[in-house]
Amino acid sequence: MSNSPLAQLAGTDGVDREQWVQMYQQMAKIRAFEDQANQLYLSAKMPGLTHMYTGQEAVAVGVCEALRRDDYITSTHRGHGHCLAKGAEFKPMFAELLGKEAGYCRGKGGSMHIADQESGNLGANAIVGGSAGIATGAAMSAKMRGTDQVAVCFFGEGALGQGLFYEVMNMAQLWKLPVIYVCENNMYNEYTHYSETTAGELTARADAFGIVTREVDGQDARVVYLTMMELVERARKGEGPAFLLCNTYRYHGHHVGDINRTYYRSKEEEQEWKTNRDPIKNLGLWLIDQGIADQGLLDGITAQVEGEVKGAVEFALDAPYPAEEEVDLHVFAD
Amino acid sequence: MSSPTKAPVREISFAQAVNEALAEEMRRDELVFIIGEDVAEAGTPFKVLAGLSDEFGTDRVIDSPISEAGITGMCVGAAMTGMRPVVDIMFGDFLTLTMDQMVNQAAKIHYMSGGKLNVPMVMRTTLGATRRSAAQHSQSLHAWMSHIPGLKVIVPSTPYDAKGLLKSAIRDNNPVVFFEDKLSFPLKGPVPEGEYTIPLGVADVKREGTDITLAATSSMVDVALAAADKLAEIGISAEVVDPRTTIPLDRDAFIESAKKTSRAIVIDEGYEQYGTTAEIASVIADGAFYYLDAPVKRMGAMNVPIPFSPSLEDLTVPNAERVFEMAKVLCNRV
Repeated sequence: MSNSPLAQLAGTDGVDREQWVQMYQQMAKIRAFEDQANQLYLSAKMPGLTHMYTGQEAVAVGVCEALRRDDYITSTHRGHGHCLAKGAEFKPMFAELLGKEAGYCRGKGGSMHIADQESGNLGANAIVGGSAGIATGAAMSAKMRGTDQVAVCFFGEGALGQGLFYEVMNMAQLWKLPVIYVCENNMYNEYTHYSETTAGELTARADAFGIVTREVDGQDARVVYLTMMELVERARKGEGPAFLLCNTYRYHGHHVGDINRTYYRSKEEEQEWKTNRDPIKNLGLWLIDQGIADQGLLDGITAQVEGEVKGAVEFALDAPYPAEEEVDLHVFAD
Repeated sequence: MSSPTKAPVREISFAQAVNEALAEEMRRDELVFIIGEDVAEAGTPFKVLAGLSDEFGTDRVIDSPISEAGITGMCVGAAMTGMRPVVDIMFGDFLTLTMDQMVNQAAKIHYMSGGKLNVPMVMRTTLGATRRSAAQHSQSLHAWMSHIPGLKVIVPSTPYDAKGLLKSAIRDNNPVVFFEDKLSFPLKGPVPEGEYTIPLGVADVKREGTDITLAATSSMVDVALAAADKLAEIGISAEVVDPRTTIPLDRDAFIESAKKTSRAIVIDEGYEQYGTTAEIASVIADGAFYYLDAPVKRMGAMNVPIPFSPSLEDLTVPNAERVFEMAKVLCNRV
C-alpha cells in the first residue's frame, strides 16, 4: 500500500487525519445499514423491496463529506447510502423502510423516496434520471437567492439514457449553475451491462456542453473526496457545474430479489470486486499503513455502528404504522 | 376573497389580466420568477408577457432553451428550495413533454415526503382549438392534469377570474396548472383596479336561470352564455355555472344548480372521452339524482385528433347552436 500514489495523500493535502477516519465510519454505517435492510427483506419483515448500495459506499461518502449540511443532494432508487452520507439517522431511515409513522416520510415514501430536508436531502427518486431537473433547479434557486449552496445530483450510468439530463446540463452550463452531476457507473443498467446500452464515452456527454468533467476510481473515497472538494469549490465561486464519473460496483443485484445474476455477470467478477476493490477494507488498510488508525480502532467503529443499527431496527420494528387518517393527509400543502 | 368595487370598472383583455397578475405578484414577492421559451423580450408569441422583462429584468423573466421537461423539472427543484417559479408552456399540447416532472415529481413530492417538502410552482399553459393550428397546437388537456392527485388545475373564463385566480395560484403552496384559452387573450372584460384574489375551488354562476344548468369551463363559458341568450328567446331560462378550477372542484355549486333546474349539460373543450365533462356530469348525476328530469348530457371536443381544415375543425368543438339544440331536447321543446 505504501507504494501507491495515494500513499502520499496523508499529511500533504491539508486533510485532517480525523477526516479520513470519519469517512471510514460513514462508510461502515452504510454497510451495516444495508446488511440489516437486506436481512429485513430476507426475513419478510420489510414490505416491498429495496436496492442495496453495498459496494458503492466510497462514492456517497467521498461526495457528501465535501458538502456542507445546507448543500443539496438528490438521490436515486439506490439511495440509502446517499441519505446516510448526507446526515440521515438510522432510526427514521429504518422506520421509513418499514412503512412506519416514525419514518422520515411518515411511512409514505418508503425505501425509494426518503427525503430529509434538515440534511439537505431533496429526496430519493424512483424514476431513473428523474431528479436531474430538481437538482439543477435547486442550484438555480441557490444562485437566485444569492447563497453559495451547491446541489449534487446522484445518478447511475443508466440514467444517461434519459433525455432530461441533456436538457438540464445545457442550462446548467449556460447559466453557470452550482450543480455537480455525480454519475455512479456500477456497470449495470438493472440487468444489462452498460456497454450494451451506451454509445460513446460517458464523460463525453457532459464534455459536449463544455462542462468540467472528472473520472475517478469510485472505490477510493479519498480520490472521490479530494476531487469533489475541487469541484465544490469552483461551483461555490460561481464557476459553474461539473460532472464527476465514479467507477464503482454494486455487490448485490439490481434489487434484493435479484439473486440469480449469472446470466448478466459472473460470480468471479463479483468476487474480484469484493476481494480486491472493497472501498471500506482498502481505506482501512491505508489508515493502518499510514498510522492514522489501528485495527482496534477500526474494529471499534464497526462494532459501534452495528450496535446502533441493531437498536434502530428494534426501534423501527416496534414503531406503530401510520393511522388510517393519514392516508389522505399531505396530498396538498396548506 | 376580496370583492371588487361595485362602481363601473375599467375593461382590460384576458392577456392584460394575466400580465397584471404576474407583475403584481412579482412586485409583491421577489421569489417569484418566470421561465419559458420566448418569455422575455418577445413576451411570448401571444404577447401575454409583454413588458415584464423591462420591469423585472431577464434574471426574473428568463428565456429558456426549448426544453419543456428541463425547465419544468428545474422549477420543481427551485420551488422545493424556496423560490416561487412560474413556468410558461407555450401550447398545452407540449404538456406531454413535461408529464414525468409534473405527474411523478411535482404532484407527489409533498405526499411522498410526508408533508415536509412543498412545490409552490405555477405552470401557465394554453388550451383551445379553432385557430387552424391543427392537431399538435390545439388540444385542451386539462383533464389529464386534473386526473393526478397533488395538482391543482385552473380554467379561467374571464379576465377578472384569470387575474384573481392566477394571483392565488402564485401564492398557493402546491403545484398549480393554469390553462389560458388562446382565443380569449384579446377579449376584454371588467377588471377592477387594485388588489383582489379569488380562492381556488369556488365556482361562479355566470348567469342565473331556472330551467336548465349549463356547466361550462374556460372557452366554453362564452359558448354557454351565447346559448343561454338564444334559449331565453324561446322562453327557456338557462343557468351558466363555471367551476373556474377543476381541482379543487366546487361540487356543491353544480349539485345545487341542478337541483334547482332539474336538467344539466356539461360543456368543455377537452376531449369528451374520459374527460372533464364526465367528472362533472357524474357529480351532478350522483348529487342531484332525485331532482333530475332528464339525463345529464355531455358536450366535449369530438374524440378525434383536431383536424386542420376549418370545415372539419369547427365540427369538433361544441358551439352555441349545438348547445342550444341539446338544451331544447332536454327541455322537451323540439
